[in-house]
Amino acid sequence: MQSKNEAKEEIYFFALKLNCSKMIKFENITKIYPPNTVALEDISFEVKEKEFVSIVGRSGAGKTTLFKLLLAEEKPTKGRIFFDKEDVHKIRSGRLPTFRHKIGAVFQDYKLLPSKTTYGNIAYVLEVIGTPEKEIARNVPIVLELVGLSTKVNNLPAELSGGEKQRAAIARALIHRPEVILADEPTGNLDPYHTLDIVRLLLKINELGTTVILATHNKEIINSLGKRVITLEKGRVIRDEEKGRFIL
Amino acid sequence: MFTLIKRIFRSGWISFSRDGELSAATIFILVMTIFLISSLFLLRDVSQFLITNLQEKADISVYFKKDTPEEDVLKVKEEISSIPEIKEVQYVSEEEAKNTFVKKHEKESALMEALTEVGGNPFLPSLNITAFEASQYTAITNLLETSNFKDLIEKVDYYQRKPIIERIFSLASLLDKTGIILSIILGLLAILVTFNTIRLAIYNFREEIGIQRLVGASNWFIRGPFLAQGVISGIFATLISLSIFSLVCWYLSPKIAFFFPDLNIFQFFTRNLWTIILIQFATGILLGVISSTIAIRKYLKV
Repeated sequence: MQSKNEAKEEIYFFALKLNCSKMIKFENITKIYPPNTVALEDISFEVKEKEFVSIVGRSGAGKTTLFKLLLAEEKPTKGRIFFDKEDVHKIRSGRLPTFRHKIGAVFQDYKLLPSKTTYGNIAYVLEVIGTPEKEIARNVPIVLELVGLSTKVNNLPAELSGGEKQRAAIARALIHRPEVILADEPTGNLDPYHTLDIVRLLLKINELGTTVILATHNKEIINSLGKRVITLEKGRVIRDEEKGRFIL
Repeated sequence: MFTLIKRIFRSGWISFSRDGELSAATIFILVMTIFLISSLFLLRDVSQFLITNLQEKADISVYFKKDTPEEDVLKVKEEISSIPEIKEVQYVSEEEAKNTFVKKHEKESALMEALTEVGGNPFLPSLNITAFEASQYTAITNLLETSNFKDLIEKVDYYQRKPIIERIFSLASLLDKTGIILSIILGLLAILVTFNTIRLAIYNFREEIGIQRLVGASNWFIRGPFLAQGVISGIFATLISLSIFSLVCWYLSPKIAFFFPDLNIFQFFTRNLWTIILIQFATGILLGVISSTIAIRKYLKV
């Protein structure tokens, strides 16, 4: 067995290989769910390459909707979203997978594949992009070690606790070295010890050149980060500050 | 590409073996469908065989008047043989007719006594005429009755057998039509049931399919394992129904041969083995693949 420090060192080199990130631009985005629930209203902001942006807001403020739109899971009612100068919602269905390979998403509800083990879930992302078997067998254990799930390799999601599922979801978002990481409440179910670990990990990845967009409720995290904070309220951006704080 | 196919089949095999009950249910439905379709194939051929057989057995007999000289009868035979619609003409002399009758009924003393009582030979010389097609018998009968040798003829027994012959033919054509309609209905039913079984299986996976799309899996990467699962089920179903089918044919063959001595179902089965295997594989795999393709489409829109 590797020691934790050894594993982390390995992760460090692994993360060094991460790609540089591209720019994301939300342009007058409005999303209305039928019949008339306004989730987002005229949202415009840009996220630069290698930036670390936190999005804060009450439940229902529109954080998750924002991520869904960026992943092209849903279409905006009005406005456009650009990723690397490409209109996300004009990408044809057949090319969506290639686009999504550039993004690593941590979903609020984890979205782990219920029929696959922890290992299988993380390996799946690599299988999808055609990574050779050997490389998968080398990289998956490293990332699992990093998120502290080495002992749960062969467990199905149903056998994991909320926190463990969340860490598996984080591992899945990192494994294929995406250009951007979208993290929707990635620490919502974690104890303070693991929360700190995950935040450090996100910061490390960001330092090495990956754009990170983090949606969270966690006041302490935001205040300790000292990075850009966008505050959403009732579907609108009410504050967008460099080195922001958690104010609601 | 090879890695992709390997992954797809491995993944398909894993889901196939993990969802044991579901796979068993799918295979069961597929076996029923394959079995049904193969039976219909065999039944159609068997009924075709029976119809041809019946048609071959239908004939008309022309009885000549008592004491018609043999050379006259033979002359008529020659003349009839030259008609292109006629397949075969067989001459049965008075003696032969009597011998056949005696041979057939020698154990029935009442008939034998009656024959002795009548004295001499009460049988008439006759010609047995077989045509290529049963529909031509009416025309042949008309021809015989207007020919220049009509005075030699005592009777043409087509009229006596006509209702039976016609009923057999209408029955045969009815059977044929019913068979086709039944095949279509049952085939459609089987496809619907299979489709629904697979659709339900995929419905259970709808959430998983959505997640796979979100983490960047292409449609083929998602669809692949389901198709592989369909193909695997199809192969298993084919092997199972092939064994059941051959067993049933082997078991039923002597029993059917008891009623229809010329009909050997097992031989029929072995002679058409490759066609049957092909039909079964095609049914099994196509049903699996088409059903899963249609059923999965809806969930791939994320």
